[in-house]
Order: sequence, then C-alpha cells, then structure tokens
Amino acid sequence: MLIAIFALAALGAALGMLLGVANRLLRVEGNPIVEELVAIMPGSNCGQCGFPGCTGAAEAIVDGSAAPTCCPPGGKALAAAIAAKLGLTLDLTAIRDEGPKIATVAEELCIGCCRCSKVCPTDAIIGAAKQIHNVMREACTGCSSCIETCPTEALVMKPVPVTLQHWVMPKPALA
Amino acid sequence: MDIGKFLRKLSGKDWGVHPDDHKRPAADARVRALPIPPRVHLMLSQHVGAPSRPVVLIGQKVLKGELIAAAQGNISAPLHASTSGVVSAIGEIAAPHPSGLSGMAITIDTDGEDKWIDCDPVADPFALSAEEIARRVADAGVVGLGGATFPSSVKLNLGRRSSIDTLIINGSECEPYLSCDERLMRDRTDDIVAGIRLMLISTGAKQARVGIEDNKPAAIAAMRAATSGHAEIEVVSVPARYPMGSDRQLIIELTGREVPADARAADVGVIVHNVGTAYAIQQAVCLGRPLVSRLMTLNGAAAAAPGNYEVVLGTLISELVAFTGGTRGEPAKLVMGGPMMGMRLPHMQIPVVKGTSGVLLLDGYEAADSEPDPCIRCGSCVKACPMGLLPLEMAARIRNDALTDAVDLGLKDCIACGCCAWVCPSRIPLVQYFVHAKGELSSQDRAKLRNDATRKLAQQRQERLEREAREKLEAAARRKAERAAQAAAAAEAKAQTKTASVTEGESA
Repeated sequence: MLIAIFALAALGAALGMLLGVANRLLRVEGNPIVEELVAIMPGSNCGQCGFPGCTGAAEAIVDGSAAPTCCPPGGKALAAAIAAKLGLTLDLTAIRDEGPKIATVAEELCIGCCRCSKVCPTDAIIGAAKQIHNVMREACTGCSSCIETCPTEALVMKPVPVTLQHWVMPKPALA
Repeated sequence: MDIGKFLRKLSGKDWGVHPDDHKRPAADARVRALPIPPRVHLMLSQHVGAPSRPVVLIGQKVLKGELIAAAQGNISAPLHASTSGVVSAIGEIAAPHPSGLSGMAITIDTDGEDKWIDCDPVADPFALSAEEIARRVADAGVVGLGGATFPSSVKLNLGRRSSIDTLIINGSECEPYLSCDERLMRDRTDDIVAGIRLMLISTGAKQARVGIEDNKPAAIAAMRAATSGHAEIEVVSVPARYPMGSDRQLIIELTGREVPADARAADVGVIVHNVGTAYAIQQAVCLGRPLVSRLMTLNGAAAAAPGNYEVVLGTLISELVAFTGGTRGEPAKLVMGGPMMGMRLPHMQIPVVKGTSGVLLLDGYEAADSEPDPCIRCGSCVKACPMGLLPLEMAARIRNDALTDAVDLGLKDCIACGCCAWVCPSRIPLVQYFVHAKGELSSQDRAKLRNDATRKLAQQRQERLEREAREKLEAAARRKAERAAQAAAAAEAKAQTKTASVTEGESA
C-alpha cells in the first residue's frame, strides 16, 4: 500500500514538473497583431462575419482567410484601420458601405416579448414584458442579432439618421 | 517695389487677401427695426455646446425676454422668447446650416404687443462683482456675436481663472458686405464702452484694446471719442485686410503675441470678444435684458434695400426680405454670414439666430460659381494663407483620403477663412476640402469613442450574465444546503424522540 502511494506520488510530481517545464519552453505566444485588431474592432461579438466573435474574425484576418472588410458593423472606417495596421492596400471605393445602420422598433408591432433584449450584445434594447421595447441609438452597434428573434418583425435595420451634429461637409467633386 | 511691402513679404507677414468690401452704401444707411413677424422660430441650438432644453409647454403664454429653454451642461446657453405671444409648437424646422437639415425649435405665435417681462435693471452695474456680472451674462443667454456663438459667460469665467492681462475687442469686421458691427459702433458707442468696462471687471484684465479696420473711419472716430475718459481702453486702427477679424490674426496685430497651435488665446493672456457681444453684455447686465434681438446686415446686389436691420431672433429670412421690398431679380446665391465664411442656404424659410451677422442675396455676377480647373501649382494660396499653411498640398492629400497626411501638414491649424479659395486662379474649392476633412476626422473620433463605449457595454453584459449564472448556482447550493440542514434537523429530532421513547421505555 505505501509503496503504491509513493510510486504514484513520485510519478505525479515528475510528470507535473515535466508539464511545467514544457509550458515554459514550448509556450505558444498569442499573436499580438490579433490582439491589436481585437482592440479596434467593435467587440460586441455579434457574429455577422461568420466567425466566433471578434477574436475569431481578427485571427482569420491576420492569417489571410478573411478580408479586412468582413466586419459589417465596423464598415469602411474599420476596414481602412485594419488595412493600415496590416500594411494592406485596399480599394475602399469598391466596398459597398451603405453607412452605419441601427435597429429600430416599430412600436405598433412590438408585443413586448423581451426576446430581442435577451440577445442584444450591448444591452441596447430596453423594455419589459408586455411593454413596448425601444432601442437606444447610442448603444446599438448595428449587429442585427435581434432582427431574427422578433416574432412580429417589429425590428428593422435603418440607416443612422444624419443630424446637424453628425453631418459632414461632402468632399468636392473632382474637377 | 515699395520697401515696406518688400520687408513685409520677407518677414512672412504678408498674409491675407484684399477683397472689395462692398460695405457701402449699406453701412451708411440708417438702422431700421423690422416689425414683429406673425411667428418666430427659436432654434434650441444656436450656440456652441449642448442645445438648450425647453421649459415651456405648447399653448403657454410667454412675454418678451421670458426663459423658454434652459442651458444644459457647462457649455451651453439659455434661450428667451424674442417677443410676447403663445408657444404654438416645439418641433423641427429648417436650420441655418449648410446641410439644409432641420433642427429643434420653439415656435411662438406672436401677439404683436411685444410686451417685455419684468427685467431687473441694476443702478450701478460697475459696482457688481466679477462673478455677478458673469452670472447675469450667462442668464441672459449672451453668446459670441461675431459668428462663433461661444457662450460669453464661459469666456468671462475663463478669463478670471487663467490670468488674462489684455481684453481684445474685435471691431474689425473684415468680412466684405457686412457692416452690422460698424453700425453698432457708430450708433450705440456708449453702450459698447460700458459693456467693455463690465468685461474688464469680469475677466480681471488690466486693459482693453479695440481693433477696428481702417476702412471704418466713422466708427474709429466715434469709439475714440467715447473712450477718451477711459485710459484702460485703447482704440487701435488696424489695416483693412481679410481675415483681420480672425482672433489669432487680431491678437498678433494688437499685442504681437502669437497663439501656438493646439492652444487658446487665454494661454497667451488674451481674450477676444466681439463689439456686438460687448453691447449684448451691457444690455444684459445694466438693463437685465436677455439677448432676444440683434443687428444684422442685409446686402448683396439682389437685395432691394441693403442696410442694417434690428431683427428679433427667430424671424424667418423670407420675412426680412419681404419687409425690405423683396429681391431685385432672382438671387443666384443666398448666404448667411459673410461671403468668405458664411454658409449657403437652400431657401429663405430659415430663422435668424444669435450668430446671424448678415444675410446676402448675391446675384449671378457676385456668386460666380464655375467649374474648377486642375491645380497649376502657382502657390497663390500659400502666400494668402494667414496661418502659413500649404493649402494646395493639404487639398491634394484630402482628395486621396490621406487625412492623416493632411493633419501632418497642419490641417488642424486651418481657420477655414477661405483666402486660399478666393485667390485660386483655378477656382478650386479648397476650403470645402478642409472643412470636409475636419468633419471626417471628428466623425472618426466620434466613431472611436462610440466603439469604446459599446465594447464596455458588451463587457458589462458578459460580466452580468456570468454573475447571474453564478448567483443562480449559489442560490441553488444554498437551497440544497438548507434542505439538507432541515433534513438533518428532522432526522435528529426524530432520533431524539426515538432515544427519548427508548429511555422512556427503559425507565418504564
């Protein structure tokens, strides 16, 4: 009995040590570029790109299996930022960017079922059971995860309204 | 070549342009007051900073000067009814903005009586404390009337905090066509001087310098005569050159100090206010009257009666034009502000705001819109730029969306004065490039801030979900433990009764 205990303990200690050493020597570094990309991405893990969250998308972009333009909520601006970071040349004029969109609730259709507010990655939808829901414009990232959950199709994606504060003077047309 | 001119060129002080000023005959016409229109529309956002918040209800009766929207936040200004009447709507109307978008406004159906609310005049305004003056200015909703519309009280308070030694009063009015400041200096000289004295008390500055361009000799003479008894106020004639009225240029001209890039005038011990603001401050402090009307210029070849008009805020431009006899022919271009920095308006159903210094109805010859030609790299814009920038290089970068390169070339120092576009022989809309680039950069900054905020929200949600799951588990464990404890207690009680019955049995 004692011999068995000692043998197993020694074996455990030796193997544990081996694992510890291997962890030190054979460490796999997380790719710092991926981390940098994750930092500039929306971070809501909405999944519209088809990858498991923003980290997945960043990894795919870095290893070249996804285009820097794969993030719909990020749009043109994010694509440009990623391309600049990775030293890629992008023809941004070719991107179909309809501008940012946000979810809006059609109040006459909402039945207050709370399904949309449960999936919103940024808690941008407010409302309670049997109360009309609403989307907080500032918090919505336009990921459209909520659209599918709505049983009455009360949620629709609409372009972010241009206000006086957000309007930008257009670039002059080329001569 | 003239030696003086040669030396100026050599020293790099030959900035700016000399457009025809077109100020006369409008500047010499007597000021007329516009009758109260049937309806006034008061924009909630007619100042820099947060829009004001309505404090009236639809159907409420208001008197002239009554508070209808309160300031929100540190940089904001309240809004007052510009005439007496009934609030008929609070909603969107076309805003004075180059986009042609609409903004929130309070509409008042006027009753034509123009009855003032009880104001709170001060017998001896010069005995008031600096804080009290700034408070009264803030309550009156006074903003910079030169066009920047920055809340004046914030600037007065800033002056006290950051040791200002010189107060500069901007009476240069360098924009062509405009003459409302000149008219004000000629007609309400004493009130302006009183306003300057109040500003000196409030900012704690030792001296004030009034800069007036030398193309307004009557205004200079009037101001000199009115300030003769006040040694601390000096009226300086500055050369007429556009953009002399830009704060940085005027500060160099009057004090010799240059405001560094990324710094403000207060950092070099100077603060700049417009003469119109001085008048509004006098009205606010001495008479207790909020800013509800302003003097503005109507000019341009298509204006039937060019001149200066006293207009209540919220009057539609169409009312002003109709009162002055309509237009002479169809105006080719409608501009609010001056021709160099003003904004083109899509139509006339737009209200006058605090920052409206003038409305120009330009005819086809004055508007002279034409297709731009390619840049011939003549360098005229470089010579004209008052900030010493390279407009042609910056525009080339912006054309290719290389905004950061344009920033490296000094885009942030551009004051959008329009000198470069004015001198350009190829008629390239250079300023539009710069305004576009600045807007684009700030929209990128906003997107970044928004991104950070939503990421935080996503993280908080994640944490909340985890916490809820953990709490659920803990609650389940607690319930389980409670149930176990209850079961144990019950078992113990049972055992005790059993032992008791056993001992009882034994004893029996």
